[in-house]
Amino acid sequence: MIYIYFLAAIAVVVVAERVPSVGAKRALYAALGAALLLAPLVDHNDADYNVLADAGVFVLLALGLNIVVGFAGLLDLGYAAFFAIGAYTYGMLASPQFGIHLQFWVLLFVAAALAALFGIILGAPTLRLHGDYLAIVTLGFGEIVPQIFQNLTAYTGGPNGISALDFPSFFGHSFGQRALPYYYVTLALIALGLALARNLRESRLGRAWMAIREDELAARHMGINTTLVKLSAFALGASFSGLGGVVFAAKLSLVSPDLFQFQVSVLIVSMLVLGGMGNIPGVVVGSLVLTLVNSVVLPQANALAGAVGLHVDFSSYHFFIYGAILVGIMLFKPEGLLPSVQRREELRHATAPQDVRA
Amino acid sequence: MHEFLAQLINGISLGSIYALIALGYTMVYGIIGLINFAHGDVYTLGSFFSLAILALLGATGELHGPALLIDAGLALFGAALLCGIVGVLIERLAYRRLRNAPRLAPLITAIGVSFILENAMQVWKGPSPVPFPAILPNPAVTVAGVAISLQQFVVVGLAIATMLALQLFVHGTRMGRAMRATAQDRDAARLMGIDINKTIALTFLIGSALAGVAGFVSGVYYQSTWFFNGFGAGLKAFTAAVLGGIGNLAGAMLGGFLIGIVESFATWLLGGQWSNVAVFAILILALVFRPSGLLGETLPEKV
Repeated sequence: MIYIYFLAAIAVVVVAERVPSVGAKRALYAALGAALLLAPLVDHNDADYNVLADAGVFVLLALGLNIVVGFAGLLDLGYAAFFAIGAYTYGMLASPQFGIHLQFWVLLFVAAALAALFGIILGAPTLRLHGDYLAIVTLGFGEIVPQIFQNLTAYTGGPNGISALDFPSFFGHSFGQRALPYYYVTLALIALGLALARNLRESRLGRAWMAIREDELAARHMGINTTLVKLSAFALGASFSGLGGVVFAAKLSLVSPDLFQFQVSVLIVSMLVLGGMGNIPGVVVGSLVLTLVNSVVLPQANALAGAVGLHVDFSSYHFFIYGAILVGIMLFKPEGLLPSVQRREELRHATAPQDVRA
Repeated sequence: MHEFLAQLINGISLGSIYALIALGYTMVYGIIGLINFAHGDVYTLGSFFSLAILALLGATGELHGPALLIDAGLALFGAALLCGIVGVLIERLAYRRLRNAPRLAPLITAIGVSFILENAMQVWKGPSPVPFPAILPNPAVTVAGVAISLQQFVVVGLAIATMLALQLFVHGTRMGRAMRATAQDRDAARLMGIDINKTIALTFLIGSALAGVAGFVSGVYYQSTWFFNGFGAGLKAFTAAVLGGIGNLAGAMLGGFLIGIVESFATWLLGGQWSNVAVFAILILALVFRPSGLLGETLPEKV
């Protein structure tokens, strides 16, 4: 049953991006949106919404990282740090930890703002760096942030983290243990994220991002304030992650430092690489495919193998799958599975005529 | 003062392992401008290979006399050779096609290779740390009131010997000259008749073999290994390479020792849980304020 959601969503996006008529495209997306909204009328299995809400958080993260990596071309390998900051915001301000119990809805804004602030703080020192050096510094930040959360035991509960976080409530109705309310929250946030990402891309700022992605020096000479433009990419990208962190923490009712390791950052980068960096529909498809594999296919493969007497733990092959995706896509289809037309052309021409025999 | 000296010696031992790994990073970066993210995992692979060779030889505990020399020598050279081959294979299969691709493509590929290697090792030896046989006898020598173990002598001695050999090779042989020429200007080197592919493969062979040596040494030193060790050690070694000036062999060694000492002192003064934070903070500061490193030259930005 759960497959239907993922496959339908992926299929709709793929088809919609291929149909030439704008009207048909809009109709397809509207139908998908309506179907997702109304699904709970038919499907009463809360476990499905549990998986879907997690998938939704990752779609949100991928959309955010896409602003930094896809639009602005700044490879950020420490994106999980902002996810952690969002999650810990909820963990510390809506739990018995300090006896502070702020509202979930308020904390969404607080966390988005805090994550954006840290995006600027962590982004500022890296402004002079390019390419792989930038990637390594962000990786360093991504390592430091969870480690600091782990070390400041008095505030963050150390390696155990903070548990028994408050259940959010909506006009007095507590979310409780159910996943369905989170499913709607993530749908709303994704809709917001999609609208924001799309409008940003078409904006003056979005064009500036792409200009510095293509050629920073040229962009600067065209009068683009590269400092401001880069920092805004870091801040906006991070804010998506802050939102995702709050939802993730509230749903799990737990935050702990090991949820935000380097693997999470690479997982999100893999989603972008798989779908096609910079292209919003591609990124959504990439994140859906990977969460489908992670949280549905692999556990079921385990059960299947167990049923026929094999003792293979497929979920221990996560790393292998991300790794194979990164290598395979980069070698054979560097533009990703669902690239924007423009990017595909660029990458074709960037690799094709060069001397590969060397 | 005692504690200070003891920590310094600890740091130097630790640093010699980082220095050996850092050499591989710096050589590869120097010649193809790639942060070979999988290099740390080749190092872990080195300790796994040594472990397997020792198991094959039946060496499970302390060894003495000729048995020690033969078994340890076989494990050391075997690990170096196997790691070298793995390194060459990685270059051939994953990186060569991307030599002229946009800059981030090979880096992302390298991260992918790293994940694949980690997963392979996890499947091979399991997700928990694996004990490494304590093959060295352990008489400590006391110098100025500070005990230095035989392990520490061996670790530092092996590292320094390897580095000297590398220096001699790079500066004293034809192939070493070809490597330096390729690093300076690949196209000009090709026009001079240097086989670029062979030279790059050789760089990977040597760099990865050094990681293999580091893997053996770390196994002997820590008497344990873990599939995920390479991630942290690799990052620290990369930090060392950057700190020393990436592309610069002497810099990588200097950086390696410095990072080892910093880590050891951070562990002593701030507690083990802060040592990673200290090292990564140095990485960030070094990259931001002195990206050319301690011994590197400042390069004008290529346009």
